[in-house]
Amino acid sequence: MTDNTEKTLEQITTKIWREEAEVDNPFAAAKSYCAGFDVYGDLLGKISLVEYLWLLFKLDPPNKAEARTFEGLAVALANPGPRDHSVRGAMNAGVGGSTRASALIAAISIGAGNLGGAREVFTAVQYWQQCGTDIESWIDIIDNPPREERADVWPKMEHTPGFDPNGASCPMPVKQLLDHLVEIEQNEPLLWLQSHRQTLEQHTGSPLAFSGVAAAAFFALGFEPEQAEILFLLLRLPGAAAHAIEQEKMGWSRYPFFGNGLTLTNDPGPVANND
Amino acid sequence: MTEKSTNLTNGPERLKFFEDNWQTEMGAWFPGERVVLRGKDVFTELNECSWMEYLVYAVTGKESPKLAKIIEGLWLLSTSFPDPRLWNNRVAALAGSARSTGVLAVSAGIAISEATVYGLKPIKGALDFLYRASEKKDSGATIESIVKEELKNYRNVSGYGRPLTNADERIQPVVTFLKSMESHKGKFVKLAFEIEDFFKNTRYKYRMNIAALNAATAADFGLTANEYYYMTTMAFTAGMFPCYIDAKTQTEGMFFPLKVERINSKSFATRTWA
Repeated sequence: MTDNTEKTLEQITTKIWREEAEVDNPFAAAKSYCAGFDVYGDLLGKISLVEYLWLLFKLDPPNKAEARTFEGLAVALANPGPRDHSVRGAMNAGVGGSTRASALIAAISIGAGNLGGAREVFTAVQYWQQCGTDIESWIDIIDNPPREERADVWPKMEHTPGFDPNGASCPMPVKQLLDHLVEIEQNEPLLWLQSHRQTLEQHTGSPLAFSGVAAAAFFALGFEPEQAEILFLLLRLPGAAAHAIEQEKMGWSRYPFFGNGLTLTNDPGPVANND
Repeated sequence: MTEKSTNLTNGPERLKFFEDNWQTEMGAWFPGERVVLRGKDVFTELNECSWMEYLVYAVTGKESPKLAKIIEGLWLLSTSFPDPRLWNNRVAALAGSARSTGVLAVSAGIAISEATVYGLKPIKGALDFLYRASEKKDSGATIESIVKEELKNYRNVSGYGRPLTNADERIQPVVTFLKSMESHKGKFVKLAFEIEDFFKNTRYKYRMNIAALNAATAADFGLTANEYYYMTTMAFTAGMFPCYIDAKTQTEGMFFPLKVERINSKSFATRTWA
């Protein structure tokens, strides 16, 4: 057994959290403070979930416009719908009767990626940091995307982040979200995106996507790319969770298996399946 | 992507082409009948494989019992240490202590193994670095210039240096194993040691860690950085299960519990929400 004197105890250092111990149990908190606010003695009943989320990341309360913008984004992202890759991942867990945790893990793992996912948002916020509201810089980065000499665990971006390579025109919900966010505060990056959307789309050859609006909103609200990436993952989970539970109740037999959708083009076996 | 689909430039057209249409050479299950992997019947053509040989074939398309044996040896000696203080293992142990499931424990442990200071990023990075270094060396660059350029650009050299301790106790056993397999004299293993020798004769504190030696071995077998990365994904799991099992077997919640005073708060003075 280790003799842990107070001097040798390792600690978790945090700016986010402070606790006061219960008198009868040093392992239980009597009071918990988030950025100085007593969570259970003050915030509870006063703060909205979105404001609390903001406080956790920013360590200061949002002003009204910031809270409304963040909330608008959170509502828009909460359910990408059952055709979305990440939600499909969660539903696959549901129909197979997998653990509920695995449904969210599936949604997170898939929704982490470069196509419509959190890594795309991360990269797009980096673009915003680099280009701001200068159209020439945007055109330059679209034409000459940054290339990393070293290999990374992340696949290379195959399209301009924030734009849908498989889209046609900008979908109405994407425009509605952008319009709503602009309306709240006339925030400069969002306003700029609204007025330059079509120019950017012409240069990328693809329409603006939710990931692009989300990246602009996170940038406008002063979030770092890392914060934007992880918040995007978090904010898209409610829909994945709800759809997973719904499909779990219905089961695999009422869910697509793509039984006739796969063709093995080099099948060596007796049953040819390459018509 | 097939030739036909490549010609479809418009996104929705491409999507329409792929709707209920996944063409693949990788493999398929024929329900109640047979299974095919990369053009081979699993029951009749791959049934003699060890599981590691099957994995090598699945990832790379190569049939190489020797490579499978090498990878198994590298994993055994260097990647599955059953110490629950190591960050990825600690996730498995915490899951055990909190009474989560074994699969969730290990899958979360694997997920966090894609780390920067250890695990899959340096593992992939080391192979990538060795390939780039070899190319530069073949073009006439010195080891010194290659290393200095890497340090200047990235402030580290993947495969060299290690958190907590600089010495790597795994290198000698792995070298012994590679000798037993007659796989210790390849071009990339030599290069890895040349770089180690360079560091030893300078003020840099970097020493070769096992990622460089393992990556060099993989390079000598012609694995790409991606193939090696995919192969290594599960390398850590044998170290995670003991940590999970141990924590789950002991009294719940007892794995390194933290008192309130273990939080070193740098947070704000108490204030009131308006």
